[in-house]
Amino acid sequence: MWDYIKLVALGLIAVFAAIAANFAHDVAYQVHALLILVVAAVMFVITLRQTGDIRAPAPADEYFDSVIRYGVVATAFWGVVGFLAGTFIASQLAFPSLNFEWAQGYMNFGRLRPLHTSAVIFAFGGNALIATSFYVVQRTSAARLWGGNLAWFVFWGYNLFIVLAATGYVLGSTQSKEYAEPEWYVDLWLTAVWLSYLAVFLGTILRRKEKHIYVANWFYLSFIITVAMLHVFNNLSIPVSIFGSKSVQVFSGVQDAMTQWWYGHNAVGFFLTAGFLGMMYYFVPKQAERPVYSYKLSIIHFWALIFLYIWAGPHHLHYTALPDWASTLGMIFSIMLWMPSWGGMINGLMTLSGAWDKLRTDPIIRMMVISVGFYGMSTFEGPMMSIRSVNSLSHYTDWTIGHVHSGALGWNGMITFGALYFLVPRLWHRERLYSLSMVSWHFWLATIGIILYAASMWVTGIMEGLMWREVDANGFLVNSFADTVAAKFPMYVVRALGGAMYLTGALIMCVNLWKTVTSVGAKAPVGAAIPAE
Amino acid sequence: MSTYDTLRHFADSWMLLVLVLVFLGVIVWAFRPGSRKDQDEAATAIFRNEDSPAPDAPRDAADATEKEAKQ
Repeated sequence: MWDYIKLVALGLIAVFAAIAANFAHDVAYQVHALLILVVAAVMFVITLRQTGDIRAPAPADEYFDSVIRYGVVATAFWGVVGFLAGTFIASQLAFPSLNFEWAQGYMNFGRLRPLHTSAVIFAFGGNALIATSFYVVQRTSAARLWGGNLAWFVFWGYNLFIVLAATGYVLGSTQSKEYAEPEWYVDLWLTAVWLSYLAVFLGTILRRKEKHIYVANWFYLSFIITVAMLHVFNNLSIPVSIFGSKSVQVFSGVQDAMTQWWYGHNAVGFFLTAGFLGMMYYFVPKQAERPVYSYKLSIIHFWALIFLYIWAGPHHLHYTALPDWASTLGMIFSIMLWMPSWGGMINGLMTLSGAWDKLRTDPIIRMMVISVGFYGMSTFEGPMMSIRSVNSLSHYTDWTIGHVHSGALGWNGMITFGALYFLVPRLWHRERLYSLSMVSWHFWLATIGIILYAASMWVTGIMEGLMWREVDANGFLVNSFADTVAAKFPMYVVRALGGAMYLTGALIMCVNLWKTVTSVGAKAPVGAAIPAE
Repeated sequence: MSTYDTLRHFADSWMLLVLVLVFLGVIVWAFRPGSRKDQDEAATAIFRNEDSPAPDAPRDAADATEKEAKQ
């Protein structure tokens, strides 16, 4: 019966998509309608071929790992795409002739920049979060994922969202909200996928066989719930036509700006921080083979972080139409965030106490430790930059971009790489990674790449900020905007070089993981004599 | 008073108080006597059930003994 309902639904979607493609008001919408038409048609054929088959019920005594394997592959793939896009647009800033004449309107910086940010945050980071959360919640709940094939819907649905978003950016469909660029119908689709994700995750927790909900799951759960809330409120908009991608925001003016940065900063706080802290609280103790340093601290870390983070957004709107009291509130809460952030960093690092020798022998733990180190560094830098007087120098300069990348490349990237190196041998039942020295190469290329990136952006950001505010004896501005652009050239080249090194490291990782799956011996089956580890 | 003012006054008085108390409650809860055993059990959960879900029996059994203990 369920198969027939699915067939009817897919058929209706395909027909509607065909009609929508015909009446489309803009190219992006038309391409998306055709894409959905193809997806629905393919799904229809697949479902049709399986209709009436008798399927064995899912084995309750096994974890649902196939969807996690797909997630790991997607994470590595989108990582490379996102880093490549980033390196390319960094080169476009240094060498504007890379904004090719023949690709104007599609591949110029303005179109590719949201492609880069969404590819690294939502495609790379999002797939990593979904895959690792499915892995962690099963292991720490001692239960199979809830909802059967709903997990597959979450994976494919989320990746369809990414393809819709990415093609939309290149074709000019955007609601021009940073990190929330996709238009109304893509937003609606993501809402459906995200609520399914929440259902799978929460369902698994509810049928756990462990007494406690492990702290990593608290972080993952807060990430899923908060992102659902942020996404819905920031994307409240009315479509102009059901056959076009354009929509109009419900909020306007400073209310719109405040909603956007309430969303934007908490995307950092809950997507890139809480979610990835969930990873930290599972993978660091697992790789170090000892429980987290202080479970008490982890509880306080969690509640302090989520109580404070949600208020920090207004620091993005210093010296704007936003009332002073609101931006002061955001600034104070940002500064208070120092404490939980550093509490969490200390908890992660001290998990290694008594096992510091592993830093010498295990490049994976080294990757995780430097990731936690970058977490500490960028959560120190962030509150400092949120102080109004510092912000008057740093805002709108490359310092902000440097700060974001020390967090994203250092913290999010490195912990994800560590998790991938941890997961691949286990998910594919290999006895070890293909090459530890390749992990070391990856580690050093990525680390030096980040240092080049962050250092060049500090120099260019502070230089730019000082040049903008420099006035002569009569109070006239000394530099024109183009003067700062010319002065930044050498730092832009260094930044692109840092990005290229980071990308090279990720490519080495992909080769290493690929070879791990294809040419490392299978792990001895359970029950065979295994020497004690 | 406008809706904005009402909400604003509620937010910076009672709601603020509730949230602060909840947060302090969490800290007290984390440090309550006897929490160590629970926390150790939770912290080591990651080293159990690595390869397959736990069978249904143990937790039910644990629940059953808990219920018996309460009675």
